[in-house]
Amino acid sequence: MSKKAPNYISTTNACKLCTPLGACLAFKGIEGAVPYLHGSQGCATYMRRYIISHYNEPIDIASSSLSEKNAIYGGGPNLKLGLVNVTQKYQPKLIGIATTCLTETIGDDVGRYLNEFMRETEGTMPIMVRVSTPSYNGTHMEGFHAAVTSVVDQLAEGGETMAGNINLLPGFISPADKRYLSEILNDFKLDSTILPDLSDTMDGPAGTSYKEIQPGGTPIASITSMGRATATIEFGRTIGEKSGGAVLANKYGVKRIVLGTPIGIAETDAFFAALSSLSGNPVPQKHAMERGRLLDSYIDCHKYVFGKKAIIYGEEDQVVGLTAFLAEIGIVPVLCASGGKSGKLAAAIRDVTGDILAEQPQVFEGMDFFDISEMAEGLAPDLLVGHSKGYPLARKMIIPLIRVGFPIHDRMGGQRILHLGYRGAQALFDQVVNAILAKKQDDSSVGYSYM
Amino acid sequence: MEGMLADRQDQVHRTGEQPFTLVCNKDSLAGAVSQRACVFCGSRVVLYPIADALHLVHGPIGCAVYTWDIRGSLSSGSELFRLSFSTDLQEIDVIFGGEEKLYRALIELIDRHSPKAAFIYSTCIVGIIGDDLEAVCRRVEAEKGIPVIPVMSEGFKGNKRAGYTAACNAMARLIGTGDTAGISPYSINILGDFNLAGEIWIIRKYFERMGVEVVANITGDGRVDDLKRAHGAALNVVQCSGSTMDLAKIMEEKYNIPSIRVSYFGVDDMAQSLYDVANHFGDKEMLEKTKKIVQEELTRIMPQLQIYKKALAGKKAAIYVGGSFKAFSLVKAFRLIDMQVVMVGSQTGTEQEYRELAEITDPGTIIVDDTNPLELSSFLEEKEVDILVGGVKERPIAYKLGVAFCDHNHERKEALAGFEGMLNFAREVYSSVMSPVWRIKK
Ligand code: SF4
Ligand code: SF4
Repeated sequence: MSKKAPNYISTTNACKLCTPLGACLAFKGIEGAVPYLHGSQGCATYMRRYIISHYNEPIDIASSSLSEKNAIYGGGPNLKLGLVNVTQKYQPKLIGIATTCLTETIGDDVGRYLNEFMRETEGTMPIMVRVSTPSYNGTHMEGFHAAVTSVVDQLAEGGETMAGNINLLPGFISPADKRYLSEILNDFKLDSTILPDLSDTMDGPAGTSYKEIQPGGTPIASITSMGRATATIEFGRTIGEKSGGAVLANKYGVKRIVLGTPIGIAETDAFFAALSSLSGNPVPQKHAMERGRLLDSYIDCHKYVFGKKAIIYGEEDQVVGLTAFLAEIGIVPVLCASGGKSGKLAAAIRDVTGDILAEQPQVFEGMDFFDISEMAEGLAPDLLVGHSKGYPLARKMIIPLIRVGFPIHDRMGGQRILHLGYRGAQALFDQVVNAILAKKQDDSSVGYSYM
Repeated sequence: MEGMLADRQDQVHRTGEQPFTLVCNKDSLAGAVSQRACVFCGSRVVLYPIADALHLVHGPIGCAVYTWDIRGSLSSGSELFRLSFSTDLQEIDVIFGGEEKLYRALIELIDRHSPKAAFIYSTCIVGIIGDDLEAVCRRVEAEKGIPVIPVMSEGFKGNKRAGYTAACNAMARLIGTGDTAGISPYSINILGDFNLAGEIWIIRKYFERMGVEVVANITGDGRVDDLKRAHGAALNVVQCSGSTMDLAKIMEEKYNIPSIRVSYFGVDDMAQSLYDVANHFGDKEMLEKTKKIVQEELTRIMPQLQIYKKALAGKKAAIYVGGSFKAFSLVKAFRLIDMQVVMVGSQTGTEQEYRELAEITDPGTIIVDDTNPLELSSFLEEKEVDILVGGVKERPIAYKLGVAFCDHNHERKEALAGFEGMLNFAREVYSSVMSPVWRIKK
């Protein structure tokens, strides 16, 4: 089997999204914020639709709606007009402004426009955070992290350290994951700022009136205080050096702890250990019990999953976490693929599987679904693990797809998928085992009802 | 209306209250969260169902990835159109130009898939970096011997409508290049139906039962070879106000093919469409056959429709769709099941269309062009709407307010056209409006 990355010029069925989409999602997790795209109308509408189809929640993304004329003469006037209109209509606390390919290409100096604008409006405008997100540079994850970094960089302030208070930058996780993380931190008796927080803004209750801005999100006051936390935990073994945690460390000396996205027991143990040491409290009984039950189920089912081969694809840090989890239950990851290009994926995967796997899986960045499908043919996988866009491949190979991450466009409840921690591992594990059992049962000529 | 951006007020009209005025086809207002997409989106949706062509999006990844497999257009053969091809431009391409990458990507993809033709879509930044699409297309065409057609769909060059025009211009380059021998004098092209959930197959069957030959289903389950000989048809039957009217015009000018405008939604409009085609050909036997089809179909669906009608009578509906032609048919369709339309809007209607809508709706109905979520939600509340008809972006707005919803956009998986489509439509409305979930206290 060749270990060379496919090297095609064209992209077919990309395994990544564009940078500003990630930025918009990150902004959407801040209290009272409206994401704003400086570019033409189409991008915003496309992203809204893509996001809505996953969360089944409204999301408003404003746009400068640049026309050809604006593109030629510069988008400054439209940007300012758009900001005035958004402010009037939504009365946001914060506007998160992300650029698009168009405005980056025409070289709009958004920083300068905003400075002018602030002067002109004399402080009557909401907080404006800007992030540069050309899509010809990176994926939605780079956009997501860049937006988080910008927010932290622009809003966090220093001051007296707040004991027992930590920052958690979890990356792009589901609303269900976020709620669970809050519960864990609470149980450890830690005060925290989790940034961003999509748990209410993108998974709200049915209402009686349509809100201009959905309630919820990380409070701006908490973000301001991030420079005074005792530590910042960041999830993601592949995130870069320009992260929010790095900014807080450099500017305010907040201790930065980078952990893998806690999927599976091993990665979650590391997270819980960090919380124990930061809080001075042992792992709460409730969570120890959850871990115990999880391990018990691993043991009960280990034979059914052992040696099964999996292909994992999606965002890099999620792929790393999922691979760690699959490896620890005895599944053999044969291909780990991402559309991202951090340059760190293979090393990260080696770090989390090195002591379990005799042979490393093939790990490739910059992949699309054409590449993945082509490689899959020789690998004879038993299951796919990733988002909805792998479905055509699963269908072609007649193997189960374990749906995780974003986007979930062909099932309901993407926002409620739990991935993280012992509880998330339990949910994933049951899904994986049962998918394998169901496949065997469906394929059987007898149709047994007792294993 | 309170809270409406001042610049948007002239894009909303209330029937019966003042003389009709509505400003439309205006660029979306900066900062207003329009539900509209871009030129590229318009082109992409029209050309998408040409199933055996390669559709390559020249630009950064997003434009391509957001249009991957998002439509419910079905094909009876090739599935090539459902793949999302992109040149995925990188920084270096933006700086030095993307022509070479486009050329190499095209060659690679044509070798891999042997398509019958290729459409190359231009996106915003391609318009800015100034790649010469035309030149690359000509070069590849010469090398590969298939039509390679640029679609000038830079997103910022207008709204969806401009995208329709660009798509029509692209299709016009294919038409007229094939052999038209053996085409019946009673022949048509079907324009502007996208074969969502197999709708064009329903419609085709009616025409075939009438004795009409369909030369090309241009925009639904389309085939390059059919398009090439589409100029041999005697009549263009055009659905949708915006998307393919330009193509019909071009074909009228170039090949003298007349066209009629139809709609396949709702019983009245469906029947009228078939009659219009029969009348156009003026063939007595065909007219008889048509009457029989309409009769048969009505006898089949009416009893079932009664059940829905009884339950839904008096309920209030709001309509917000892409093109306003759909709005007309929907107004009538709701009438057929005794429902009351209290709001109608579209993303891309013309003033004339809105005027006509104002004429056929009850006094007090809100007519709106290019609305946004906040406005829409306030209309739903104000009019105490029972069901909203719209697309993906409108759905969560309705649901959040506890308003039922019927999907009438390009993603849907339910056939709503034709006589049986009316039944499906009524069932869709019924199954949302009548759900017990709305009774649970919030
Ligand atoms: S132009 Fe850039 S920002 Fe807009 S959709 Fe395309 S990739 Fe995304
Ligand atoms: S970049 Fe232009 S073409 Fe692409 S989605 Fe945005 S507006 Fe449309």
